[in-house]
Amino acid sequence: MVKLDAIQKRLIEEIADLHSIPEGAYNFRANSQLAGRNTTANIDIVSKEDGSGIDIHIKPGTKNESVHIPVVLSQSGIKETVYNDFYVGEDSDVVIVAGCGIDNCGSQDSEHDGIHRFYVGRNARVKYVEKHYGSGDGKGQRILNPVTEVYMEEGSSMEMEMEQIKGVDSTDRETRAELKGDARLVVKERLMTHGTQTAVSGYQVNLNGANATADVVSRSVARDDSSQTFNARITGNAPCSGHTECDSIIMDNGRILAIPSLEANNVDAMLVHEAAIGKIAGDQLIKLMTLGLTEQQAEEQIINGFLR
Amino acid sequence: MLEIKNLSFAVEEDGRQKEILRNLNLTIDNGKFVVITGPNGSGKSTLARLIMGIEKPTEGSILFDGKDVTELDITERAKLGISFAFQQPVRFKGIRVKDLLRLASGKNLSVSAACDYLSEVGLCARDYIDREINSSLSGGELKRIEIATLLARHTRLSVFDEPEAGIDLWSFQNLIRIFEKMRKEIEDSSIVIISHQERILNIADEILLLSGGTIQDRGTPDEIMPKLVRQSGTCVRLQ
Repeated sequence: MVKLDAIQKRLIEEIADLHSIPEGAYNFRANSQLAGRNTTANIDIVSKEDGSGIDIHIKPGTKNESVHIPVVLSQSGIKETVYNDFYVGEDSDVVIVAGCGIDNCGSQDSEHDGIHRFYVGRNARVKYVEKHYGSGDGKGQRILNPVTEVYMEEGSSMEMEMEQIKGVDSTDRETRAELKGDARLVVKERLMTHGTQTAVSGYQVNLNGANATADVVSRSVARDDSSQTFNARITGNAPCSGHTECDSIIMDNGRILAIPSLEANNVDAMLVHEAAIGKIAGDQLIKLMTLGLTEQQAEEQIINGFLR
Repeated sequence: MLEIKNLSFAVEEDGRQKEILRNLNLTIDNGKFVVITGPNGSGKSTLARLIMGIEKPTEGSILFDGKDVTELDITERAKLGISFAFQQPVRFKGIRVKDLLRLASGKNLSVSAACDYLSEVGLCARDYIDREINSSLSGGELKRIEIATLLARHTRLSVFDEPEAGIDLWSFQNLIRIFEKMRKEIEDSSIVIISHQERILNIADEILLLSGGTIQDRGTPDEIMPKLVRQSGTCVRLQ
């Protein structure tokens, strides 16, 4: 067990809203080492034999339990790839909180590539929350390239909230999902890039069973000289319904490329996509200024609301 | 007290200067309820926007409580106690009704206080307090929320640009009650309303008739109303 230092504690607060050791199952990883683990009667966490990551086993019927798996990097120059596999038992109902915080004050790049695979059992319900955060004023880049794969059995449901608001220099995230009949996937992505940051976010959701539904919604803000690419595809291979939406605010010299796409391979697949990119409306700023806010405060309120 | 001195406003149209307001002079005393009316295109909304600082005059000055605010921006005027209700309220993705009321009040408004403001404008607080001010709200709902933000602002000068537009008859009564309550509750407060509605004109202390960018006539409802042509409750032009 490694004792967390002040920087690591701050990172954990940012990514998991944790001020102390959480209840339930958890696995803390700090600077590529295990910093703490707890298992419960229903949730087991075991390290993979080859050391590449962890397996999380949630017993069928586990209700109202949570798993926290935060990762923090506070040394410059760490580059790691971690595989975390979640086996969520049938009929369970759990909250999984993941996230990565990088503080890089050095000159070497720090990179964490988390590959998360979820095997969601029949009728199980999962809420997954993932936050990414970067800090530190070193020249080294803070890089996060997460891959998320979701395999959903009949009747299962998964809600994913993914947020990356601050400090990550480069991210290339990939999310793939395979849904069987009556499975339901809801994705809420929130992204903000500053400076010269780049972010790429791609989704491939395959609706393979009857009545499978997916709703993939991304809201993002690109400021300064940053750039973003959002590439979401929903494929309907059965009578199903899917919706994808990308809504972005562009500021300064930001650049945004939105490529929502749909593929239907079944006559009863109902698929919809929406995409909108625009700057903050002048009227919105004026309205908030008439309430006594400065232009800058008005801008902050509009962005905070948009990314809520 | 609001004083407007020799105010002119022009815009460039097809390479030529087009005068919207010309050499307008006006004083609105504390505690007054003034309705500005006039035909479309007479410059009413422009005058309201000039008072709030959304537009800057070409010439002339605006004084609020003796202080020259002509060069002050919107935020500074708002802080001095001027508020403005938009003719077409603005929508915001993600900002909730309670957030806007909190920002308007300038303090950490309690949910129950926010609910009181919504009840005042005839909205069931429980149904609206957590709603986003986005396109899911109708024009009428937005309009009432806009008025609620002015109640939460509680300022000495409130300017409403056509508050009745999009509001149904039931809430029309409510609207008049709100104006009367605002006058009573905020000491020395003045209310300026841009309106065509006869029922709003009737309760004014003073009506200003704006036409062709200048004030053509002013007086009490008894003096002015007979001079206006009535068309289904809407006053449009001088006889």
